[in-house]
Amino acid sequence: MEHKELICINCPMGCMLSVDIDDNGEMKVSGNNCPRGDVYARKELTNPTRIVTSIVNVTEGELPVVSVKTKEDIPKDKIDEVIAALKGVTVEAPVLIGEVVLDDVAGTGVDVIATKNVNRKH
Amino acid sequence: MNKHVSILIIGGGPAGLAAGVAAHKAGVHDILIVERDIRLGGILNQCIHNGFGLHTFKEELTGPEYADRYIKQVEELKVPYRLATIVTDLKLSDDGHTKIVTTMDEEGGLTVYEADAVVLAMGCRERARGALNIPGERPAGIYTAGTAQYFVNLEGRMPGREVVILGSGDIGLIMARRMTLEGASVKLVAELQPYSGGLKRNIVQCLDDYGIPLMLSHTVVKIHGEKRLTGVTIAEVDDHLSPIPGTEQYYDCDTLLLSCGLLPENELSGQLGVTLSPVTSGAVVNESLETSIPGVFSCGNVLHVHDLVDYVSEEASAAGNHAAEYIKEISEGVNVPDSDDKAAEGRVIVVTDGGVRYSVPSILRPDHMADLTTIRFRVGAVFKDVDVVTYADDREVMRIHKRVMAPGEMEQTVLRKTDLLKEGTPSTYRITIENKQS
Repeated sequence: MEHKELICINCPMGCMLSVDIDDNGEMKVSGNNCPRGDVYARKELTNPTRIVTSIVNVTEGELPVVSVKTKEDIPKDKIDEVIAALKGVTVEAPVLIGEVVLDDVAGTGVDVIATKNVNRKH
Repeated sequence: MNKHVSILIIGGGPAGLAAGVAAHKAGVHDILIVERDIRLGGILNQCIHNGFGLHTFKEELTGPEYADRYIKQVEELKVPYRLATIVTDLKLSDDGHTKIVTTMDEEGGLTVYEADAVVLAMGCRERARGALNIPGERPAGIYTAGTAQYFVNLEGRMPGREVVILGSGDIGLIMARRMTLEGASVKLVAELQPYSGGLKRNIVQCLDDYGIPLMLSHTVVKIHGEKRLTGVTIAEVDDHLSPIPGTEQYYDCDTLLLSCGLLPENELSGQLGVTLSPVTSGAVVNESLETSIPGVFSCGNVLHVHDLVDYVSEEASAAGNHAAEYIKEISEGVNVPDSDDKAAEGRVIVVTDGGVRYSVPSILRPDHMADLTTIRFRVGAVFKDVDVVTYADDREVMRIHKRVMAPGEMEQTVLRKTDLLKEGTPSTYRITIENKQS
């Protein structure tokens, strides 16, 4: 029997999770105020993942950069590779929220999408 | 000739947008949102990280995406707004009913509005005080965390490469991760208090994930460097927050970020004569989020600093609804302002003690209360395994067990009107912290 304490990062509530893992690897999660906490604890202890947010360069835009995110969470140990891949990306304005700026980033199978509208410079 | 508007909303950030949308949906269309930036959305535009919207939209959004949801509603409902326009003056007309709002736009043009109701939604700004007390040179390389966030996320510029962060507010924690991902070396986060000022989840995913140490009860005691910052000296502090001699440690760095708290931006509210709370620096409000001046409402970070934009939106929607109700009441002529004596009658004062620092609202008028009233508060220290207990005069109303409460995390309780008034109208409603009742 193993016991782990975690803080859920799904939302700013930051629930304190207690996880009991029995000898067969079965997990029992408590302390969560919603089902996301249960999912998070199981994932964090087996395959931790994160949504990665950053910016990429924009040409001809009213802003020089646009904010982006991985459309879904990616393995935590791939964060650096994702960031490195985004350094080489430049998009031309206009950019729309939800637009894919890089597909299948760092071999994760996850697309990176814009999270802001950037109009063309006038 | 002054322009008339029913509801004028000062600020086009998350609070102003939600207030505008709610007031419009409540049937008042003669609204104006005044925003000083060149775009709507306020601070959310630079908060490119995720974690917004789980309560409001049941999905996890980044700041700009969250703002866009509200901007879209403002555009679709055609709620009028002005950008690059600041409010320079806010006062009451001679009869006290109309709010006179003077604005200045980009071209320097002045416009004077006569508003029946005003929603204060100006947000807050970063406390720079952390820097002022630090002896030493005044070199380049010292920024508030929010300024650094603006540089990195909106301009694509890095303020420096070797970073020390003073203060563990959420923006500082977020920037520790952000600067690390952009290739900077973040040496440490020093926090004067024995507890973090930010959310637990941000310590996990912004510091722990990247091996950045959080040094509690530590502060910067010396700034080094003449033209550009070259390093800082950090020392441990005692129970009175005074640096302990002999604990000094030197760190090389070219950048110091300050994340030492936020202050509601209430200069205009003060000008208008709104009563401000010495604890929150925000307006004193009743259950309708109405300030001491009838028809003037306050919401979001200008009222009290929030951790979650979702709660800002919720609060601001309520303020927008109440402003719309006020407009309807005055148009029907029912809202003849009470004399002070009469207005004070039947009011329940919300009292906080035992470690609860303040509450919003702090005045309850039973005849204006909905069935449920959300009361938000913060505690002044870290509490573990305690009960939050509320009393209507001496009668216990609610007892809620809390595993942990911290100053960095806003708490809330929902008060049922019938519970408050069960034995008549009390003179006080008290929120306190007691040992866990077994």
